[in-house]
Amino acid sequence: MKVELKVTPDKYLPHRYAGASGDFNPIHIDVDFAKQVGLPSNILHGLYTMAQVARANVNAAGGDPRSLKRLSVQFRGMGFPEQEITVTGSVKEEGDGRVIVETQAEQGGNRIIRNAEAELETS
Amino acid sequence: MAVNAEATGKTYPPFEYEVGKEKIREYAHAVGEDNPIYFDRAAAKEAGFRDITAPPMFAVVYSAGSFAPALFDPEVGINFAMMVHGSQEFEWSEPVCSGDVISTVTSVKDISEKGGMGFYVFETVSTNQDGTEVVRGTWTNIVRGVS
Repeated sequence: MKVELKVTPDKYLPHRYAGASGDFNPIHIDVDFAKQVGLPSNILHGLYTMAQVARANVNAAGGDPRSLKRLSVQFRGMGFPEQEITVTGSVKEEGDGRVIVETQAEQGGNRIIRNAEAELETS
Repeated sequence: MAVNAEATGKTYPPFEYEVGKEKIREYAHAVGEDNPIYFDRAAAKEAGFRDITAPPMFAVVYSAGSFAPALFDPEVGINFAMMVHGSQEFEWSEPVCSGDVISTVTSVKDISEKGGMGFYVFETVSTNQDGTEVVRGTWTNIVRGVS
């Protein structure tokens, strides 16, 4: 099983994700505010990026969301709109109809999610 | 300012969220899902779901109403200017579908301090209208400069 997903969130993605999730923290949707608090630009919601890690694993398992039993991630660094995110992962453990996939997400060589571990049902 | 761990073990009242197909569509669209089980009732039923189903990470949508009051609880005392979302875990069981009524309870699992950083760990447990657990979340927020 190979986990690989590439996605480029567009300029307005953080606004759509804010509406969908209810998280309107201005660091995600207001460039001026983000700069005022020392960020280079508005940043992606970490839970949006985690959703890309979830999607990459579900897709690798054949597309059935019921196969995803557990996902844990560590948020590191910051993700930005208009830059490609690459999610990659490989099987770390296998047995009893389940696999553990070690996954990460990076953007421009910067790891934004690391030590992610997905448990997938494969049977 | 050291961390105050007194709120450890505190549990908040359940929050009910009724799952609707248009909210699932909006969320699924935002995160880039294109599987028809998230949009089309017939496709979802053909795949064995009771109704249009929600992507796994939709858990953040129905958990938020329970989690937010715990995060913002003055007794927990998080300094938001210094907070980052450190890590997140979800364990899924029964799928969530349109029409479900999900009840989520949040508790403060652990508050600790290490290397000048405060670690605030919350647990959310979500169950559906049949009392079946659908997801369990562990949310770790890190606050810099606590000592």
